[in-house]
Amino acid sequence: MAKYLLLKHYRGAPASANCVPMDQWTPEEISAHVQYMNDFAARLEKTGEFVEGLALAPEGAWVRYDGEGRPPVTDGPFAETKDLIAGWMVIDVDSYERAVELAGELSAAPGAGGKPIHEWLELRPLLAAPPTITE
Amino acid sequence: MDEALVRSLTPSVLTVLVRRGADFAAAEDAVQDALVEALRVWPAEAPRDAKGWLVTVAWRKFLDATRADAARRRREDRVEEEPAPGPAAAVDDTLQLYFLCAHPSLTPASAVALTLRAVGGLTTRQIAQAYLVPEATMAQRISRAKRTVSGVRFDRPGDVATVLRVLYLVFNEGHSGDVDLAAEAIRLTRQLSARIDHPEVAGLLALMLLHHARRAARTASDGSLVPLAEQDRARWDTALIAEGVGILQAALARDRLGEFQAQAAIAALHADAPTAEETDWVQIVEWYDELTRLTDSPIVRLNRAVAVGEADGPRAGLAALAALDASLPRHAAVAAYLHEHDGDLATAARLYAEAAHTAPNLAERDHLTRQAARLNAHRSR
Repeated sequence: MAKYLLLKHYRGAPASANCVPMDQWTPEEISAHVQYMNDFAARLEKTGEFVEGLALAPEGAWVRYDGEGRPPVTDGPFAETKDLIAGWMVIDVDSYERAVELAGELSAAPGAGGKPIHEWLELRPLLAAPPTITE
Repeated sequence: MDEALVRSLTPSVLTVLVRRGADFAAAEDAVQDALVEALRVWPAEAPRDAKGWLVTVAWRKFLDATRADAARRRREDRVEEEPAPGPAAAVDDTLQLYFLCAHPSLTPASAVALTLRAVGGLTTRQIAQAYLVPEATMAQRISRAKRTVSGVRFDRPGDVATVLRVLYLVFNEGHSGDVDLAAEAIRLTRQLSARIDHPEVAGLLALMLLHHARRAARTASDGSLVPLAEQDRARWDTALIAEGVGILQAALARDRLGEFQAQAAIAALHADAPTAEETDWVQIVEWYDELTRLTDSPIVRLNRAVAVGEADGPRAGLAALAALDASLPRHAAVAAYLHEHDGDLATAARLYAEAAHTAPNLAERDHLTRQAARLNAHRSR
């Protein structure tokens, strides 16, 4: 078993095939989209492949240490930076092929016109603690 | 209440129920109910025959559950007419549970989860913690696995090789959370080896013991990886090594070599060397040749290249490596190591950095990054 992170981007990923911005969808289309995502997570829970998932707000700030005795520096929101994460999900699957298959299904979530968005999802393996045998 | 005792009894109680005709999933639920009951009752009044007690209560729970199912009324009538459960059979049939839990129809992840639950007696929460997934996810994984093997009867012996693979998977998960999976795998393999006379079961047990014996020396206090050659051998567990070697020798004497025995032989040669320099690399290469013959795995060939590098020098190791696919996991790390020993530090540093990028886990990545940094610092000095 290996865990993978699925990253959903607001921005930063290649354009999707059905790339109408969400604020131009009908409320029903948005509901259908959300429902699809929830159903997907629920299904993975049943197959024993779901680990965690959360949606993120678009607002965020950069924070940095600014030297002894000074408060951390904040900057942002970073909405204008090129990469922006909308949400993530961690899955625990038997193979890389299965992870790709699931990412493909998630990418088929319905968008404008009820058609699949075909959005690009970023798939990243999680580095785990070492197995016992390393030599 | 003696939790270890209850855990060791769980599989045989489950097996009794299944033998009596209970469906696996229903039997498993009934046993869990009986364990809850034991938790409640035993502190006040511990039974003289713990197993008999558990069997009786679990069977009653099973009957209750079956009875509650109206659609099964007719079959349940038949069940009720059966004689009351007598004392549990002394015959140990936990073995069949091993085969059932490693059934080929299960995915590796499900087989592992079911084995830990049914044979190991771990709770769903403990298994979920060990695999760092939510309890609900693990519960689903286990109940799916139970459904999958529900129709399987105990009439045919299973495949030992599959059982061993599942146990080795558990062992390789190491430890996280409050359950030490390596220790648990050893416990289960010990149990298996007491019940089944098979040189490869002994081989796997020896392999686990020999690896486990070196565990304390394998990581530094900050969690970073310590390579075999740099390990403090005083921290190796000599009792475990002696036990592993003893088990392995008895297995090898039976002249039915298998891959676990061959791997254990290599581990034993490492464990036997008083210092890294005194390692018998020539014999290790010979065992890798056997292992290659048995498995023909590219990973084995990769490890063999390392051994050849030690036995016949880095050039010979690089020549052995050249025959292998460069996209193999850890290929770059092995190449880096051999180039470093051959004196080509620039190439070694580049390859260590490359290997770090594709490392499968954090400790290994950090280790390889440090190797690259060490060589780069050395060169720029």
